[in-house]
Amino acid sequence: MIKHSVIIDKNKCVGCTSCIKACPNEAIRVRGGKARLLDQRCIDCGTCIKKCPHGAIKTTHSDLSILQKYKYTVALPDQALFGQFTKVRDPNVILTALITLGFDDICEPAASAELIAQFAIRDKINGAANKGPAISSCCPTILRLIRMRFPDLIPQVVDTIIPIEHAAIKAREKAIAETGLFPEEIGIIAIVPCPSQITESNYPETMKRRVIDECIPIVDIYGPLESAIKKVTDPIPICRSGRRGLTHAYSGGEAAARKAWNFMAVDEIQNCITMLEEIENGNIPEADYIELNACTCGCVGGSLCVGNPFNAKLRIKKMLGDLPEYFDAYDLSMENRQQLTVSKKLEYLPAFLLDEDRSMAFEKMTKIQEIRKTLPGIDCGSCGAPSCNAFAEDIVQVHADPARCVFHRKESK
Amino acid sequence: MADIVFEYQVDGSDYHRAGEASRSTKSNLKKLGFPSDIIRRVGICMYEGEINMVIHADGGVAKVVIGLDDITIILKDKGPGIPNIDLAMQEGWSTADAQANDLGFGAGMGLPNMKRCSDEMNIDTVVGEGTTVTMKIKTK
Repeated sequence: MIKHSVIIDKNKCVGCTSCIKACPNEAIRVRGGKARLLDQRCIDCGTCIKKCPHGAIKTTHSDLSILQKYKYTVALPDQALFGQFTKVRDPNVILTALITLGFDDICEPAASAELIAQFAIRDKINGAANKGPAISSCCPTILRLIRMRFPDLIPQVVDTIIPIEHAAIKAREKAIAETGLFPEEIGIIAIVPCPSQITESNYPETMKRRVIDECIPIVDIYGPLESAIKKVTDPIPICRSGRRGLTHAYSGGEAAARKAWNFMAVDEIQNCITMLEEIENGNIPEADYIELNACTCGCVGGSLCVGNPFNAKLRIKKMLGDLPEYFDAYDLSMENRQQLTVSKKLEYLPAFLLDEDRSMAFEKMTKIQEIRKTLPGIDCGSCGAPSCNAFAEDIVQVHADPARCVFHRKESK
Repeated sequence: MADIVFEYQVDGSDYHRAGEASRSTKSNLKKLGFPSDIIRRVGICMYEGEINMVIHADGGVAKVVIGLDDITIILKDKGPGIPNIDLAMQEGWSTADAQANDLGFGAGMGLPNMKRCSDEMNIDTVVGEGTTVTMKIKTK
């Protein structure tokens, strides 16, 4: 079972129902007065982190002290990082500041994003075109969502890897060549905007092996990095990405970089679910390519970002003006195309299946329906489940006590 | 093994909620472990049927009977009925009004899609009284 990056701080959780109601995948329950994550259901979208009024939901992560664990470290700054700082127009300022924080080198996911976009353009990478629009593979949360709830759409997902993972592979190759160190002495450290990327680094959706060693959330590096940025007087020209790489920070950027002109960019998890449902209904949108991002505005809206996503998007747009369209840090003709293609196929995750055995599942559903009729149907959440339906399922599946329903209690008195 | 029955009221005036019965049915079929191809076909039959009830018949009742060997969908409305079934089954033929067209519905593909996605389809209609569409999808 996947161990998700989303964790609940039992000391801060007061057992309110904000998170169970907000979760788009019914993956949280309140039990014994505390929220609990259902590992088989969580898609790491981070909605609960944003919605928790008590700051009780966090992620497992590393901080800057992790740099000591390795002889040589490479930072992989997610594109969203570039939109977090006021009045910074030059990406080199942020990259130089990262070096002053102790990283030995930087390998930009933006440069990999550019390469993958070029690869998609030249090799015409698409999903199963006959079945409707190709679906982007850029957001790991969306990949997990499709695996759990829309398995029929799996063939439509394009088979290119997530840019930050390509950056990780390149970073380690380069570090080994330059330092002669063993691979495990090198720390590949991603600076990430969301819990999804942290879980992805531990359990990659599209690769057979892990390539990222540690993840530092943007929110945790923000303070030290901001101070370091203020001290940068002479930025080093480190940046190796152009506009087409950096635009991946926000919704629509990836599709545009792929020159998928007839594209649709959908952001925010609920909108993504609605869109996938429509495609599944056969109500196919008139687009060739669909980019789906779980967060508002795309990665700049990640739950581990600091700034307002709309603001961050504007800052990045301003930054683009001074960059070339493509930097071409990697030469596609020299690159190993295999490396850019998924090494693991997406598979159906039966997270909502009642039972492996069909007749058993029938029995359970019949019971659930019967129990459901005895519940008030107001989805108040005080039983700890997000809805009366979910509670009826919990009673059958995990033997939740029916007396947790306040209406049940009232009637039996 | 007793069949599992779900019944949904389809509101005739609400385009926004059209598709709700289909969504809920698909979710239940996934819980029961039916293969995705079956779920997709049931979903399309339900969705197109729901939309038809909203556009033409001022709503109705959608009933789904899930058995181990087959899934039966019964869509019952008290709408105007279909005067010429052969014509209604032609791709592109539609009597949808301007409001439906504005919303992107009424392309004349509803019944043909339902026929294509089901193993058996029967239309029982009386002009001025209503229509019952019954579709069967075999699961084995």
